Amino acid sequence: MAKSSLLGLDAMLFDPAGADFDDVMQARIWGLGHELQNLPWVLEAVPGMNNLTVVFDALALRPAEVAEAIEALWRRQEPFTAQGRLVEAPTIYGGDVGEDLAELARRAGISVEEAVRRHADPSYSVAAVGAMPGFVYLSGLHPSLAWPRLGTPRASAPAGAVIIGGAQTGIMPITAPTGWRLIGHSSLRLFDADGDEPALLRPGDRLKFTVQDILA
Amino acid sequence: MIEVLRSGALNTIQDLGRSAMMRWGVGRGGAMDPLALRVGNLLVGNPPGEAGIEVAIFPFQLRFDAACAFAVTGAARASLDGIGLPPNWAAPAEPGQVLTLEPVAQGVFAYVCFGGGVDAPVVLGGRGTDLKSGLGGIDGKPLARGQTLKLRAPPARSAMPTHGIGLSAAALSEARSTTDPPCLRFIPAAEWDEFPDEAAERFVSNPWTVGRQVNRQGYRLEGLELRRAGGRDLLSHGIVPGVIQVPPDGRPIIQMVEANTCGGYPKLGVVIDVDLALLAQRRSGQTVTFRGVGWEEAMAARRGLERQLRGIETALRLMSGRNGSPPRTA
Repeated sequence: MAKSSLLGLDAMLFDPAGADFDDVMQARIWGLGHELQNLPWVLEAVPGMNNLTVVFDALALRPAEVAEAIEALWRRQEPFTAQGRLVEAPTIYGGDVGEDLAELARRAGISVEEAVRRHADPSYSVAAVGAMPGFVYLSGLHPSLAWPRLGTPRASAPAGAVIIGGAQTGIMPITAPTGWRLIGHSSLRLFDADGDEPALLRPGDRLKFTVQDILA
Repeated sequence: MIEVLRSGALNTIQDLGRSAMMRWGVGRGGAMDPLALRVGNLLVGNPPGEAGIEVAIFPFQLRFDAACAFAVTGAARASLDGIGLPPNWAAPAEPGQVLTLEPVAQGVFAYVCFGGGVDAPVVLGGRGTDLKSGLGGIDGKPLARGQTLKLRAPPARSAMPTHGIGLSAAALSEARSTTDPPCLRFIPAAEWDEFPDEAAERFVSNPWTVGRQVNRQGYRLEGLELRRAGGRDLLSHGIVPGVIQVPPDGRPIIQMVEANTCGGYPKLGVVIDVDLALLAQRRSGQTVTFRGVGWEEAMAARRGLERQLRGIETALRLMSGRNGSPPRTA
């Protein structure tokens, strides 16, 4: 059931998510975000994973009106057909950065080569951008590669680290702590603060990992 | 120009942060105690959002290479060429004079503002340093010893205060809790109702101790453990500074200004902006309490703070007029 809740004084979290991530619902979330972004009282409408954060002008509209407006749009919201770009992420699997690759293969009961093939095979959908500058939440990970996050996050993973957390995969845009597993390193630069659009990828774009090498 | 003589890894150029950059994964950032920065700017005749220096590592020391008005606000004891200055004080500095900030018993962050504001490139709508992301400020880095800073628009000499000018602590505390420990107001968030009544009751009826893990991204709290009663696992969603997250270990984390823009832990609520700075100024081992409020009360608190700042601005204009400076215009 669709649900709106306040996220502080100026933000509303709209969260229609079910138990599992749903790509069709995500395409509706993108559409809802685009429509809301054009409204004068919306400062920002930012897709999460099957949810949307709407930062609104608290002097213009009250929370109940905001929730009502979002939910009215949602009821008739069609999935947004993204004219997404396909971006390639050249990746070296394993090695110093990808220290968890061998364990990933062992858990899945497959060879390292097969684990890499399953990871590099899909064209992933950029579901959402956030958390860190330019970071993308990708959907489409092969279920056999899903791996729960670490109980205690590691202190630091380098920018470019290719990571798996739960049923999601991604690339670290900056050097930062993470609870996700490290399986490789990509040279793709996800963020450029001086660019016209600072994040390389937008929701609806697609990303494909290309195998440069597999290191033991 | 200003030369940094002594500094530390957490002293940075800060303003009031970035807005509407969440879509790129870039958070608000800015001063941990925005009220202190705004007051510092008003004291030197700047608009409230000019960039200044946030000081968290002491002693901090700088030398003025040219005449300049400056103000020191927040948690520090300041001296100019060894002569102590009162708290929340602005004064003119002459070329060659040295400003030193020493720590005080209460508080964490102090601010140095300069007439004209610190010159740093505007990156994604702000001059403030985002240490986590390495952007803003000067090359996204903390201030280092030997570094020189330029001012954006050094004001004419005639516009500077000829004497010191200051504000009493009372003038700054009106809109915020003055109890000890401070009481932080929060607006309940999505998972508030999924915590059993007894957990909600524990959260608001017990003092919470600021843990050892504190930085511009978040403050860990220690006290009782809060367990959520069931509820689904959350998918990643937008979060903002002030969010009170409860990870599986039951110990709350308050997201601060440099927080990630997405998270997945259950949320009890969001500390209102007016009070988040009170938490920022608490040290490891000190306590805070919480009180849930509705949106109306949070809005009234914000309006109260803005009213108070306008009052301060008016008072300063009148005082600087008495000092013989031309009246400042906003």
